[in-house]
Amino acid sequence: MSDEIIVVEQLHKYFGSVQAVKGVDFRVKRGEVVLIVGPSGSGKSTVLRCINHLEVPTSGAVYIDGVHLEDKKTNINEVRAEVGMVFQQFNLFPHLTVLQNVSIAQEKVRKRSKDEAEEIAMEQLQRVGIPEKAGAYPRQLSGGQQQRVAIARSLAMQPKIMLFDEPTSALDPEMIKEVLDVMLDLAKAGMTMVVVTHEMGFARAAADRVVFMDDGQIIEVGPPEQIFGKPQHERTQLFLSKILAH
Amino acid sequence: MAGPEIQIPDVSWRDNWREFPWWLVAILGFLVVMAILVFTNENIREAFLFIIPGIRLTLYITLAGFALALVLGLLAGLGRISSNALVRNIAITYVEFIRGVPTLVLILTLAFVLVPAISNGMGIDNRNVSIELRAILSLAIIYGAFLAEIFRAGIESISKGQMEAARSLGMNYRQSMQFIILPQAIRNISPALGNDFIAMLKDSSLASVLAVRELTQRARLYAGSTFRFPESYLVLTFCYLTMTIALSLLLRWYEQRLGKDSR
Repeated sequence: MSDEIIVVEQLHKYFGSVQAVKGVDFRVKRGEVVLIVGPSGSGKSTVLRCINHLEVPTSGAVYIDGVHLEDKKTNINEVRAEVGMVFQQFNLFPHLTVLQNVSIAQEKVRKRSKDEAEEIAMEQLQRVGIPEKAGAYPRQLSGGQQQRVAIARSLAMQPKIMLFDEPTSALDPEMIKEVLDVMLDLAKAGMTMVVVTHEMGFARAAADRVVFMDDGQIIEVGPPEQIFGKPQHERTQLFLSKILAH
Repeated sequence: MAGPEIQIPDVSWRDNWREFPWWLVAILGFLVVMAILVFTNENIREAFLFIIPGIRLTLYITLAGFALALVLGLLAGLGRISSNALVRNIAITYVEFIRGVPTLVLILTLAFVLVPAISNGMGIDNRNVSIELRAILSLAIIYGAFLAEIFRAGIESISKGQMEAARSLGMNYRQSMQFIILPQAIRNISPALGNDFIAMLKDSSLASVLAVRELTQRARLYAGSTFRFPESYLVLTFCYLTMTIALSLLLRWYEQRLGKDSR
């Protein structure tokens, strides 16, 4: 088994006539925490969404733990069960309680019994710090709490990889920390993570590598100190000067 | 310095007057007058007693037809949004065909052309297919097409993120629909489904052209044999209006409760 759990090769993605991703090569090792940063429209979310096949690449290949996602014989549902995804808009299921949100996929996909699924769900809610909200409905929670439930929902599947698509962008400032703390714990526990975010603090504390994307291409890759401290590329410098300005 | 004194006019009684459901008073007034006449007027009572047993068939046809229409509508609604071009086109053909032909014409065509064709194909003598069953199947096929559009709209009203979240957890398309999308969609469209149920209750009167002895057919029979046309059709109107007003009030109450819940 290869040490590289995510392999993206020559990824191209068109939306109609617009090319969002222009030949991206990208590898992530087991246990690595990789950040993708870049201006909006740079294709970073599209790359992330190709990793669990929510977007189908126009050309190129994605391998998860050696499994080729674009192969017609691949059971994509089996792969997705191993790849957790956290969305900017949380996407909790509003008609289900927090506990049901975290246990439904365990029951339907992992075929766990209701009792077992709920036990694991409670463990994960404990881990993200809101076991007392198990019986609440998503609309009764704050944004930060909802996002933590969404993380627990993915973790309950015991995935090998966690993908985060701007997990704090829709949050009020005072709620960002509680979500980042959960992600930081996860990174320390050795989870393989790919995170699209602009959170510098998280990058410095947890990231092994930072990937800077612009205009559908990877411009620069390096450890956080290098990318944020002394970026080599002009476009990286320009982007950083903009986001650090405020 | 004191600001100018503002007189707040007391218009609450006027608002109440304007917002009061006078329409309901008028309709309930008609129903009460009719109910009194049923008790006091000999001819009207006789008409009522002849017509009212038809309510059993009216309700039976409506309930059975609607249950079948729900199944057909859900299947056609899912077909409408299928990524499979063949399935999608079959569903659209069904919906557009039905929507393009008047209900009365469809009932005649379905009952006397389609049902015999199918029963012959299955090797059943079509004289053994009762007119009640033909009425139920016809109404189900017609309303299935209307419900299909409601189901489609309901499914499309759920944000794309819900399907993505379900799929990203490894649930397949069917599981995601069944456990995540449809429960939310059906809740959203339940008032529209209720409206179509009321519409179907009214359209079940068209089964009278197949000689099904439901309310309308009994009223026609009574009017034809006694020549008491006003009594017959006033009683018939009274029967339908009682049911539809009761159902639509129930629906309004349910909608209000639904609105409060989601807040």
